[in-house]
Amino acid sequence: MINCQQVTRLFSDAQERPLSLKERTSLKVHIMMCSGCRNFGKQMNILRQLTHEYVKGTQGAHSNEDIADTDNNSQD
Amino acid sequence: MAIEQVPVAKTETSISNDLTDPVYLKKLRSQMLKFATLQLRDEALAEDAVQEALMGALKNAKAFNRRSALKTWVFAILKNKIADVLRKGQRTLEASRLLRDNEEENNLDELFNSKGLWQVDERPAAWSQPMESVKSDHFWQIFEACLSGLPENQSRLFMMREFIELDSAEICENMNISTSNLHVMLYRARLRLRECLENHWFSDGEKP
Repeated sequence: MINCQQVTRLFSDAQERPLSLKERTSLKVHIMMCSGCRNFGKQMNILRQLTHEYVKGTQGAHSNEDIADTDNNSQD
Repeated sequence: MAIEQVPVAKTETSISNDLTDPVYLKKLRSQMLKFATLQLRDEALAEDAVQEALMGALKNAKAFNRRSALKTWVFAILKNKIADVLRKGQRTLEASRLLRDNEEENNLDELFNSKGLWQVDERPAAWSQPMESVKSDHFWQIFEACLSGLPENQSRLFMMREFIELDSAEICENMNISTSNLHVMLYRARLRLRECLENHWFSDGEKP
């Protein structure tokens, strides 16, 4: 059984590399029982989205101008 | 590097409407400065990067006839300038500082008990409609404050990864750190940022 500290580390690593099958299984089992880590996992993705929004906002996206024609604004 | 005066009005007439419009230029410049200063944490370096990016834009401005395309493109140049500065700044990420950051692990340990489980009052709460926050100026102030509150190395690596979107391998190579080191630092940055955002924004009325 992996603990919350290890689970949160895996959620962060998942943003950097593909997790192994074993790691993914451990995560799944853990978050079935642990709402804190379940929330944490969702929030890692949210954090990345918010950060991208922040960078876009800083670039003046508030203006609603068409800025979709370069590669910088795609998130995936 | 000395920045030569670029004769804006002579040839780049198609774009000069934008980059020579003082009001527009002032706004654009201040956005760029905010972006660069937050990442470089050095106003002089940030000024230089912004200046160089604007100059680069002026030199190649002919191709752009729409303001929005220009803006996106200027920021793309700025991102590259910042990445260059950060790469050159790798000296600052010395072993001693990594060590000092290691000591901070004690603080992070406060989030978990001796068995590695969440301390009861540190357990992440559910965030309700988190992406609605992007509409709030107050939220972005908190976001910036949380980001600025990170230890310097953590925030630098986090921004290289998430703002400039360099990949892990490129960051490691340029900063001279191992992949596992990078991943630990990013993990700590994310733990802290998450906690900070929850404590100062998402917990309002949401905490169980």
